[in-house]
Amino acid sequence: MSITRRRLLGGAAAIGAATAGLLPLPSLAQQKRGGTLVIASSQVPRHLNPAVQSGIATGVPGTQIFASPLKFDSDWNPQPYLAESWETAADGLSVTLNLVQNATFHDGKPVTSEDVAFSIGVIRDNHPFKSMFAPVERVDTPDPHTAVIRLSKPHPALLLALSSALCVILPKHVYGDGQDLKTHPANSAPVGSGPFRLAEFKPGEQIRLERYEGFFIEGRPYLDEIVIRIIKDPSALLIAMENGDADMYPYMASSQQIRRLGKVDRLAITDQGYAAIGPINWLAFNTAKPPLDDKRVRQAIGYATDRDFITKALMRGFAKPQRSPIIESSPFFNPDIPAYDLDLDRANALLDEAGHARGGDGMRFSLTCDYIPGPAEQQKSVAEYLKSQLKKVGIDVQVRASPDFPTWAKRVSTHDFDMTMDVVFNWGDPVIGVHRTYLSSNIVKGVIWSNTQSYANPKVDELLNAAAVETDFARRKALYDEFQMIVGEDLPIYWINSLPYHTAYNKKIQNPPTSIWGPMQSMDDLSMG
Amino acid sequence: MNTAAYIARRLFYGLVLMFFVVVLNFVLIRLAPGDPAEVIAGEMGGITQEMLADIRATYGLDKPIATQLAIYLGQIARGDLGMSFFFDQPVAKLIGTRIGATILLVLAAQLVSILIGVVMGVFAARKPNGVVSALVAVFSTLGYALPVFWTGIMLIIVFASWLPIFPVEGMRSARFEGGSFAYVLDVLHHLVLPAVTLAIIFLAQYARLARASMIEVLGADYIRTARAKGVPERRVVFHHALRNAVLPILTVAGLQFGNLISGALLVETVFNWPGMGTLAFDSILRRDYPTVMGILIIGAAMVVVANILTDLGYRLADPRIRTEGGRR
Repeated sequence: MSITRRRLLGGAAAIGAATAGLLPLPSLAQQKRGGTLVIASSQVPRHLNPAVQSGIATGVPGTQIFASPLKFDSDWNPQPYLAESWETAADGLSVTLNLVQNATFHDGKPVTSEDVAFSIGVIRDNHPFKSMFAPVERVDTPDPHTAVIRLSKPHPALLLALSSALCVILPKHVYGDGQDLKTHPANSAPVGSGPFRLAEFKPGEQIRLERYEGFFIEGRPYLDEIVIRIIKDPSALLIAMENGDADMYPYMASSQQIRRLGKVDRLAITDQGYAAIGPINWLAFNTAKPPLDDKRVRQAIGYATDRDFITKALMRGFAKPQRSPIIESSPFFNPDIPAYDLDLDRANALLDEAGHARGGDGMRFSLTCDYIPGPAEQQKSVAEYLKSQLKKVGIDVQVRASPDFPTWAKRVSTHDFDMTMDVVFNWGDPVIGVHRTYLSSNIVKGVIWSNTQSYANPKVDELLNAAAVETDFARRKALYDEFQMIVGEDLPIYWINSLPYHTAYNKKIQNPPTSIWGPMQSMDDLSMG
Repeated sequence: MNTAAYIARRLFYGLVLMFFVVVLNFVLIRLAPGDPAEVIAGEMGGITQEMLADIRATYGLDKPIATQLAIYLGQIARGDLGMSFFFDQPVAKLIGTRIGATILLVLAAQLVSILIGVVMGVFAARKPNGVVSALVAVFSTLGYALPVFWTGIMLIIVFASWLPIFPVEGMRSARFEGGSFAYVLDVLHHLVLPAVTLAIIFLAQYARLARASMIEVLGADYIRTARAKGVPERRVVFHHALRNAVLPILTVAGLQFGNLISGALLVETVFNWPGMGTLAFDSILRRDYPTVMGILIIGAAMVVVANILTDLGYRLADPRIRTEGGRR
């Protein structure tokens, strides 16, 4: 739908230019071949191998260099990529991938089922998202182009885990030399089977990728080159976009930046492409620590906070409100989850009921609130808003600054906090990015983005563990619906908004990355006109 | 004292200094809260306890600090700067890709500030109470007082945003095409704003120094003699006076080297210049101990060497210094 609309708009622009006598009228189906796409990014990747490193910084270049078995479209449908077809067995205990015949790695060697088996093993053993391939017992390779993934239990998240940066196929003959995969030298000099091969990697400066002529999809990619230029200073980055030194700026979350680039005629702005990573900005409570161990206190904070004010005023309307642990653009989102719309009377009543009378200064108790240092809009500004807002119901909030990320991470991972602002990604399937925050088995001190809220509810554990193995979509959704109602009531976290990720891109660009994985999926169909 | 013995002594002091630089910084950076394993964990979007332990073991972070220091000193003694925690690449290689950019920036800024500073100082000295002198004083003091990141951002606003004639994204164009000569031009084009920003701070010192020493020299007897015998004023100023007035400037230029490098850190960050400064800054935030240490060691070595070279240059330029205590 959105692609059709964009094609039409692109066509209209081209017709306008043609009537002005500037351009010959291009056929809508024909995309230009050649050209360099310069992507501006503020994120610095450690290396370029997504099999052992999650995150956007590695994921964007990694998915251009490496191909995965599947892709996903903008409506959460799996699409063929290295696997031209696939089927899940009736018992849900095996998935067969039929690989394309003509795929080769950048060194010319063919991509075989051996490589798929090797890669899934590497990811299962080394990738931080353990839940992606934990149920994989082994991968059988009956012939070079058939891989059968054998599971110990049904695993509905598997298809998503086979896509994008989550399952890049590594050449066994390069990475299977016995060296530790996490520190393998080829992580910085990767060999993949994706549309682009690495031409230059200057850590923290730029990554240059060039077209791989032997790419297995006929006629692709359109571009000659992709250059990812790392610009850490936000104003320099915006100027590069305004001056045309860069063509695309993905993962832009600041309303000021979105507004500023939105005024540039040459650029288009979209918020499509971020459904799968599902980035949620939230306020987390340390539920092990009084008075936050009482859910009435947490609910009172929910009723006292005005989510609409945060998204409409603080974030200038660019951020979407988010009231659930599952991103609202996911098919598993349950719209019945309580929203905790602003209600100061109810907040006061709940706090009274919990036995926290106001003292002489009008305050009931005081709490600290941490935030991730960095761009203020999603974190510090919200924490400061909470300080003034919660004062209205008699809660004295001390905003506690951290000089840098490691300091904040240390405080939160060692549970040394009352409340903290945080941003956590869904990563496509709830099994990958949602369960970790709410399962009581994942209360592990010292690990950031585990269940640092110390939230434990046996019913939630039961529902999540059942949903992890339920292959029927409707039944699985029912389990997640119930899960959302329970955490909505317990409120270990007050979910605020989805991070307003936007992509700014040169209007010349056809097929900007707007699938659920956005820029973290092959851009072989993107062209500069 | 002969020159060889002098160099040997200076080198020895330099090494002692470096030793303290290493030990002090090694301990200091580990006193900062947060540990590298958590940064890597953060980068990964959260990981398990086993993986954290694994990372700590891989990089030797599970050992006591004293042991880590001993291992590190042994490594340094063998000339090995170790592996970056963050990039999993040898620190020497990372610094190798960055050091050229920093040296280019520092030398360009040094050149610009000395040349313009001296010219400004000379003109100011010719009429010490004139308008030019006052303007030079105001301008140079302002340049010195303004914070470098502010100057940089102002230059960006004027020359990259309002009047987009200079690029701000690093050291070379992303879409670069052309031969090696065009490449040099491209780099120089990118160099202008950062080099000028960094030069502006140091301009003041050179201008004032040149002014003071020129005033002193212009009052000397031999200048009066030169003027009396009818040497043209231009020649008096630039040939007779400046050559003598330039000595203190040389000394200061050498001593400024350390300040230039620390100034470069800020300028690099503002202009996204891919030098050691941006690497150092980012590495501190990432708690990438080996990279930070490597940059500190290389930076300290550069300052020590620059100071020794300055002293040597000074000894060559002024024979009186060659004999300790002067000739009696």
